[in-house]
Amino acid sequence: MTRDHRAIAEIPWPVWIALALCLVLQFAWRATGPAPSAEDLPSAPRGGMLRLASFGEPAAAARLAMLYVQAFDLHANNSLAYRRLDYARLVAWLGAILDADPRSEYPLFAAARVYAEVPDEGRARLALEFIYEEFSKDPNRRWPWLTHAALLARHRLKDLPLALRYASAIEQRTTSDAVPLWARQMKIFILEDMNELEAAKILLGGLLAAGRIADPAERRFLQGRLDQLERRLRGGKEK
Amino acid sequence: MPARLNSAATLARFALVEARRSGLPWLAVAALAAAIALAGFLSQLALTESLSLQVSVVAALLRAGAVFVIASHVAASTLREANDKGIELALSMPLSRSAYYLGRLAGFAALGAALAAVFSLPLLLWCAPYAVLCWGVSLAAETVLMAAAALFFSSALAQLAPALAASVGLYLLGRAIGAIQAIASGPLAADSAAQQAVRRSLDAVALLVPRLDLATRSEWLLYAAPGAGDWLRGVAPLVVYAALLAAAGLFDFHRRNL
Repeated sequence: MTRDHRAIAEIPWPVWIALALCLVLQFAWRATGPAPSAEDLPSAPRGGMLRLASFGEPAAAARLAMLYVQAFDLHANNSLAYRRLDYARLVAWLGAILDADPRSEYPLFAAARVYAEVPDEGRARLALEFIYEEFSKDPNRRWPWLTHAALLARHRLKDLPLALRYASAIEQRTTSDAVPLWARQMKIFILEDMNELEAAKILLGGLLAAGRIADPAERRFLQGRLDQLERRLRGGKEK
Repeated sequence: MPARLNSAATLARFALVEARRSGLPWLAVAALAAAIALAGFLSQLALTESLSLQVSVVAALLRAGAVFVIASHVAASTLREANDKGIELALSMPLSRSAYYLGRLAGFAALGAALAAVFSLPLLLWCAPYAVLCWGVSLAAETVLMAAAALFFSSALAQLAPALAASVGLYLLGRAIGAIQAIASGPLAADSAAQQAVRRSLDAVALLVPRLDLATRSEWLLYAAPGAGDWLRGVAPLVVYAALLAAAGLFDFHRRNL
């Protein structure tokens, strides 16, 4: 009790009950509400709208929008959810986010490492084409995602012409000295008779050597994916 | 002249003392803790760019927090002073209206700058000191502008809700006007007479609003510190606009019958 407050005992019991009841009602309402499902991804904001909604903070808005999009499919590592996603909407979202902050690598990372790896050819192709289109807008910065797209086209989709198209694009359109030689010579990589794990390891090693993976969360994620791939291929051989 | 300056400095000091006693430091600490905690939580969800996410969210929240704290404090303090007849009391002493208004504004501006300095400190955990300095000085200019806006609106409108709404409205418009103009003149916009009229009206509104989206940019922290020219293009207009608001506030204060 202070000079400005009366003792708690002074509060009438109906007020206590009303407060407790409203609190319980609020908890119950929130606890039983439906979680967003993969099918509920709304249409992407139209050109410039995300930038407008960011009120001058496009970098933060772009990353928060990525977490928002991620929330529609990333429940408990459930890869089934990815397959229920409307990929046309998803790609539009990734494009809008990239428009808001063109220097963010998150949308391309997610497209290459998450959405293009879904075991559904049609959807994977949509994600790969998105990467290819966005690569053309800034080849010297966005080449790492197209190298991964080329590997996916080669090993997951078994589409050699598509993989070679991506590899040729890297070779022809990158001009910066910062792009390593192995990335420019992706074609050799694609044509060589190596399995997906070997190729993925070389790619990851190359990206690490080029200093392209500095973020701890990204390192953890990629290492996890590599382990997963290793287990999957080992399981396939044992069968 | 020195006597006037002395009076203004005393009023500025009172404004700072009032802020210290009003619980504002605790509010600043709470805003800092909330921004860092939320950004830390969100970065755990990120698959990549977790550090960038943390920096951009902390910077965005602290920027909005600093502006909101300063605007609400200035509006509340100004209206309390008016309701308590503090203005009449102050002006009954040998003190000019200009010295009174500018003294209080100087106090609020110093408070804004101090808030910006405190809110910049946690960014040193992740970013280069020079980038943080550019961001922090820009935030200080932004808080000074908002202090001037809140003082002007609360002094002119004499009600808390309209004064806060006008200050926040001006701020949000300043941060969105660039994007609004880009959308209005983008390829998706029709080229009809009505659309052209809308575009011209928007251009006219833009003349009256500061481009806050060009200042205190989190890109400076994430990608590279700005060049001197780029930084000045963002910050100098804020100083000019703050001076405009101070002049408008002085004009209104001199015109008023007390």
